[in-house]
Amino acid sequence: MSAVNTQDGTQWNRQDFPAAAKEILEQSQTRKNVQHATNVIQGKRNKVVAELLDWEDLREAGAQVKAHTLRHLDHYLMEFEANCTKAGGHVHWASDAAEANRIILGLVQKHNAKEVIKIKTMTSEEVGLNATLEANGIAPIETDLAELIVQMGKDRPSHFVAPALHVNRAQVRAIFQKEMNLPELGDRPEDLATAARTYLREKYLRIKVAISGGNFLIADSGGMCIVESEGNGRMCLTLPDVLISIVGIEKVIPSFQDLEIFLQTLPRSATGERMNPYNSTWCGVHPGDGPQEFHVVLLDNGRSPILADKEARQTLQCIRCAACLNACPVYHQTGGHAYESVYAGPIGAILTPQLHSMKEGRSLPYASSLCGACYQVCPVKINIPEVLIHLRGKVVREDQATLAGKFSLWNIGMQAALFLFKDASRFAFAERVGAVGQKVLVSKNGFIEWMPLMLSGWTQTRDLKAMPAQSFRQWWAKEKAPSAAAKNGKVSHG
Amino acid sequence: MRVSLFITCYNDALFPDTGKAVVNVLERLGHEIEFRPEQTCCGQMHWNTGYLREAVPIIRHFVKVYQDVETVVIPSSSCVSMMRDHYVKAAEMDGDARLVADIQALLPRVFEFSEFLVRKLGVEDVGASYPHKVTYHSSCHSERSLHLGDVPIRLLKRVRGLELQPIQNIQECCGFGGTFSIKNADVSSAMLADKVRNVLNTGAEVCTAVDNSCLMHIYGSLHRQRTFVRTAHIAEILASGHDAEVTPEAFV
Repeated sequence: MSAVNTQDGTQWNRQDFPAAAKEILEQSQTRKNVQHATNVIQGKRNKVVAELLDWEDLREAGAQVKAHTLRHLDHYLMEFEANCTKAGGHVHWASDAAEANRIILGLVQKHNAKEVIKIKTMTSEEVGLNATLEANGIAPIETDLAELIVQMGKDRPSHFVAPALHVNRAQVRAIFQKEMNLPELGDRPEDLATAARTYLREKYLRIKVAISGGNFLIADSGGMCIVESEGNGRMCLTLPDVLISIVGIEKVIPSFQDLEIFLQTLPRSATGERMNPYNSTWCGVHPGDGPQEFHVVLLDNGRSPILADKEARQTLQCIRCAACLNACPVYHQTGGHAYESVYAGPIGAILTPQLHSMKEGRSLPYASSLCGACYQVCPVKINIPEVLIHLRGKVVREDQATLAGKFSLWNIGMQAALFLFKDASRFAFAERVGAVGQKVLVSKNGFIEWMPLMLSGWTQTRDLKAMPAQSFRQWWAKEKAPSAAAKNGKVSHG
Repeated sequence: MRVSLFITCYNDALFPDTGKAVVNVLERLGHEIEFRPEQTCCGQMHWNTGYLREAVPIIRHFVKVYQDVETVVIPSSSCVSMMRDHYVKAAEMDGDARLVADIQALLPRVFEFSEFLVRKLGVEDVGASYPHKVTYHSSCHSERSLHLGDVPIRLLKRVRGLELQPIQNIQECCGFGGTFSIKNADVSSAMLADKVRNVLNTGAEVCTAVDNSCLMHIYGSLHRQRTFVRTAHIAEILASGHDAEVTPEAFV
């Protein structure tokens, strides 16, 4: 799959993580915005999670429901399709982004719509739907406040719960002043909210086609569930004549009862709220009540192959709460754009390369110090560090199959290290060689302040303690081994 | 108890004083220490960097060296977490059922140093004295893999003269992450800058942890900035204040 167009016409996957991160690390305002926002959300999340005595049980239950559903995904998707159809909905199957775009464009064109209103949906972003609609003369209007800011700012989302988390209030004001033609706009939160409300209200009342994502597909009733905080979703789900929902196939859960788990864990993890302000569940169509035409586009787009990977399939358990982004010390520094992907942060680092069959986002599995903060907060217990390592393994294996990879400095270094670690006498010899050989690098103060090639990454900000003249094993052999041998009355291992 | 010390590759080469301190503390508590010179590395660097197949012979070597010991003590939580979190998986990946069984038999006898003192031996006061202001960095693997909780803190609180300085964001990663610090040097450096700022804000003279890997990283910046704050592995603090036959430099 090739790079996907974003709202501003630029593309994701332009450069690898280290290069993209370096650009953002130089943007001090963006970094401040990201750190402030993630700290606030993380603080709220920790507080409301601590209130639940059965939090760990809820995590376990959520993980098990999701894992079970994924193991029987074909069954639950067919059940959903049957029940949704029975309730008056139309179910479409899209194997990739192009097919999803074709289906949705066709539906919009059938209704001669020139504009559509949208609820924040990352699957739409994933398939590049807005660019497709615009190319066909249809204006997609984002109604989620943050998505509206991103759209008007010709920007890209940096967080899949709070897409405009990287901009601050002053920047939002400037965008609204320009795009809504409101030169006198104030900068209080209520000023900005009022401007957005006024702008959007007219759209809700006029536009007849809405596009959404979906948090949960409910198999046993054919129903759907969307949770949100602003009420824009409720407007889009109730006012238009036509509703089109594009949802990843992994979003299905067996029954309505299962929401009991996720409607506790999702809002607490996502926004630090005990409950979302708006929880919409609906089932098919009902005369005189809400949209009279309802379509669900079930999107595969690279998900099925992930299911086949025993180690990595837990990736699809994700309920998109973004708690792992807020907890991640790497994300804190870089925000979402460094990932060059619709899905940022730790979950993005494992999801993106897999959705692209490891053809893109190959630097992302390395965009983590494996600190484990993501796994600790994940409400469906995705062991992200474990999957990151698994994917690093794939990257290494694929690289080793190429000539360039085989003779890369990394591979040579790792093979050399393996040679030493297989035999202690080789390792001990290398230590002695290192202790002498390092002398060309050691400064007068006894520290290494410069190293060549890839090791220069270390010394750009850090000194390295030089190896002492005597290793521990040398000390032991000299000082301890003789007495230990004497005491035991036998030759020690030394 | 007969304790076999797995010093770990980087402590052997770079931080021999930590090993000497472990020997000192455990011998003082009446245990017999052995050191098997056949030891090399736990395989973490290869495994975590994605060289999964390459990690297996290193794991096999570790198991071969230690499978008959009474107990193994390791002054590095990240190496212990490598064993507990990944060894079985690696052996399964290799299809070696015998190795899986050997690992499962060995793992219950493997301990991180502070964990061994508090959870296995039930000792909190090792009689140490260290009249300095100290702050404790809770390393990722000790915190989220081994779940050591307040184990190291309990040991530090019993050290005479030691003033423990609380640090902000104690559980946040220092940005080392093994080869992450090289592959993503810029992000790693930014994470380290936050950590070092928090260390300096404590006013402590010494930053300690149960992992020299984090401390090497943190001290790399402290030294580059020419601060006077030093780092010391927790074993070196617990070994201090005695008539030890060795006087590691970080004791001063």
